[in-house]
Amino acid sequence: MSAFSAIGEEREIDREEFTPTLEPQATWCPGCGDFGVLKALKQAMPEIGRNPDEVLLVTGIGCSGKLNSYFECYGYHSIHGRSLPIARAAKLANPELEVIAAGGDGDGYGIGGNHFMHTARENHDMTYIVFDNEIFGLTKGQTSPTSPKGHKSKTQPHGSAKDPIRPLSLALTSGASYVARTAAVNPNQAKEILVEAMQHDGFAHVDFLTQCPTWNKDARQYVPYIDINDSEDYEHDPTDKAAAQEMASEAERGLYEGEVLTGRFYVDSDRPSYSEEKQAIGEMPEEPLAERYFDDDYEWERTHDMLLDRHK
Amino acid sequence: MTDHELMWRIAGGSGDGIASTSQNFAKALMRAGLHVFTHRHYPSRIRGGHTYTEVRADSEPVRSRGDGYNCLLALGDSFARNPKEGAYYGDEEVKPLAENLDELNEGGVIVYDTGLLDADDIPDFEERVEENDWHVYPLNLREIARDHGREVMRNTAGVGATAALLGIDLQYFEELMAESMPEDILEPNKEILHYTHDMVTEEFEFTHDLRVPEGTHDEEQVLLSGSDTIAYGAIDEGCRFIAGYPMTPWTEVFTIMSQALPEVGGISEQVEDEIAAAALALGASHAGVKAMSGSSGGGFALMSEPLGLAEMSETPVVLVEAMRAGPSTGLPTKPEQADLEHVLYTSQGDSNRVVLAPGTVAEAYEQSRLAFQLAYGYNIPAILLYDQKIGGELMNVPASHFDREPNPELGAVTTEAELEEAPHGPGGKFYRYRYDAEDGVSPRSIPGQKGGHFLVTGNEHNQAGHIDEDPTNRVTQVERRASKLDAIREFLDDQGTQTHMGPEEADYGLITFGSQQGTVAEAVDRLNDAGHSVKGIGVSDMMPYPVEEMTEFLESVDEALVVEMNSSGQFRGLTQKELGRFGEKLSSLLKYNGEPFEPAEIVAGFEASIEGQDVPEQQTTYVPAAGD
Repeated sequence: MSAFSAIGEEREIDREEFTPTLEPQATWCPGCGDFGVLKALKQAMPEIGRNPDEVLLVTGIGCSGKLNSYFECYGYHSIHGRSLPIARAAKLANPELEVIAAGGDGDGYGIGGNHFMHTARENHDMTYIVFDNEIFGLTKGQTSPTSPKGHKSKTQPHGSAKDPIRPLSLALTSGASYVARTAAVNPNQAKEILVEAMQHDGFAHVDFLTQCPTWNKDARQYVPYIDINDSEDYEHDPTDKAAAQEMASEAERGLYEGEVLTGRFYVDSDRPSYSEEKQAIGEMPEEPLAERYFDDDYEWERTHDMLLDRHK
Repeated sequence: MTDHELMWRIAGGSGDGIASTSQNFAKALMRAGLHVFTHRHYPSRIRGGHTYTEVRADSEPVRSRGDGYNCLLALGDSFARNPKEGAYYGDEEVKPLAENLDELNEGGVIVYDTGLLDADDIPDFEERVEENDWHVYPLNLREIARDHGREVMRNTAGVGATAALLGIDLQYFEELMAESMPEDILEPNKEILHYTHDMVTEEFEFTHDLRVPEGTHDEEQVLLSGSDTIAYGAIDEGCRFIAGYPMTPWTEVFTIMSQALPEVGGISEQVEDEIAAAALALGASHAGVKAMSGSSGGGFALMSEPLGLAEMSETPVVLVEAMRAGPSTGLPTKPEQADLEHVLYTSQGDSNRVVLAPGTVAEAYEQSRLAFQLAYGYNIPAILLYDQKIGGELMNVPASHFDREPNPELGAVTTEAELEEAPHGPGGKFYRYRYDAEDGVSPRSIPGQKGGHFLVTGNEHNQAGHIDEDPTNRVTQVERRASKLDAIREFLDDQGTQTHMGPEEADYGLITFGSQQGTVAEAVDRLNDAGHSVKGIGVSDMMPYPVEEMTEFLESVDEALVVEMNSSGQFRGLTQKELGRFGEKLSSLLKYNGEPFEPAEIVAGFEASIEGQDVPEQQTTYVPAAGD
């Protein structure tokens, strides 16, 4: 019997299984967009048929980092900006886990920007959800990497002189094989995109527009949003990378002018995941490393037999 | 030490094959039955500059670099550019000869390459040769190499020449060459080796009396560096995941692991920075794999954040810290022991970590294994603290030393059967952080295990892992985490990890930690031979500190001298902090010029300290005891 019998156990998964029977005390403000992510993820999870015990949800720090307090599965509430390196190593250690990383725009595009770029280029088979509300929430309302140019806050009293980060373009250029944007105000689209992202075999980046009613009152609730895959105006084909880059640029430019373009910007189903690449060159075992420690029959090699000759 | 020990130094420019030649030289002498020890000196540049390696060989075990050296093979620096007079980097061309004369002992032997080096460029060369009774053998190694192969084979010509002068059998070099060289390079090298050897034997009258000592080994030996033994200890302990970013001298462990791990079905990841590297190790460990990461000072500074997370979340992980001289990038290729406090106290909050500092190349293997046993047995981060010296020096160790069983035990984890019985919180989460854990160790579950899900967080948390700021919970969890260190102290006391030197009873003590252990051991013997009453202790446990053992040691002596490679006496400070007394008994001998101690410096420093005199003029500093 596998040491990890939760993995691959086939049965009907109830949405309620991911919901704590004892609700933790809410630390999100009323009307927070984060509730929209939580709701969409809870709806999406049963659809991919994963048990709570085979899901590892790694988060960063901030309001978004508390996602796994409201979610029943293996959770790792890590440190500011570092959810991705923790998540991708867990995936390498046991590729059979469903690994999801999540964080905010400050967490993911600011302090964790370097990790975002590198995780995307390696194309780890995992989902990365960024709660994008254009503000630092938990530290009480400072300008974030996605705040619009000119945005005033206590730390930028004269208005930000910086252009905002372009997360979709950045993900595309870095090599993410699935790039999408959705919004908390549309739980149906959000759920569909999360299901796709989790089923995608590669790095799936979801820029999740979430409103912050407390610190970013000026920010729109991201309505009316437009779905670029359904809209007659766009009919965007996400398999075309050049078109995806153009569409991402347009969406990123338009967002600050009130045009909320959402949907799948890029989907590359052919690119092998990082684990597959590493296995192909002989730098990663086919079977999950983590299983080996529970296998009493596994024969562990020792340096005395394999490496000492070169030192004689 | 015998009278006839060989201390051979090969000098040249970086990139001229000094390291590989000296490695083969050391291995040849080991195969000839001798005990060997190497000391590396190299600048932070890729090609050119002054670099040397010493090989000390004796029929008795060798524990340090020794004092000075007695045979120089000076090769030309093929990358030296003719600098203008007064150029910043000095007169590069004659450096391999000029820079090494200060440490050459009286009666020493010099072989130098007249093809690239001109002794006339060294103003007082002839006078110094006469004064010191040096025996000089000028040879055009460059020409010999060019005539019989390629110019780059000057090294082989130099080895052939010193082998002739010292009476070393060429067969050992031939065998080593045959093992490592392709046929087309092997043949000319062999020819050069023999040609030079025979030429020197025939054409020179030997005026020196230095010859290679004779020795035999009772059992098969292997030649390893501290970086090798740290890596091998990790592999034997079941480590199958490493993540890192290159930084000297940690890169050596990282490289050895990266080459070995795929062979045993493990994973190595070179990543974007050291924060990521340590975080990856945490992620892999959390998912159920024995994992390590590491760096040197500056890179380790970046790891302080994930290190704190490992402490708070009780995620086991082994980090290695290869010290080099600091602060900041310091002397990138030179040893120092000044990161001790950095490693003990970096990261916010109270420290719950294990810090071990191996004292020798052989000990680094045990300590590496021990670090994993403690980390995974107690769900705590363990740091292996060593320095550039121990990482790069080569020593012979009996092969049987590594003939141990592998240990794949994952430590304090649950099985699914245990999870069925284990208590869970009202929300369904497993009580990963139980208040009532024995020895403070609450076993973890691994993602994918049925019934095991819980929340990890760097915030203070309750039994299920939920963020919890309740004062009672806080106190309980803080005390439980801290209590693991008490349990580890008990475990380590049973292992006997400190190294005692000299007689059991003595008036004076020498105390050191980490890489200076062998040198101090040699100094202890010399001091006793000279009529002093001295014993020594090499401490390897930095946290938790061996309070009882050190109290006993210090109570048993009148005074003690703490020997360490830093300018602020960090280990002496730790000792006083942990013991809370003995300030009046402890004085310091410090060295921080980028070179490790030589035994004679410790002997001189000790004699000066007990006689209340200044330390003789050398690059060490004496700091008296409090109240003196």
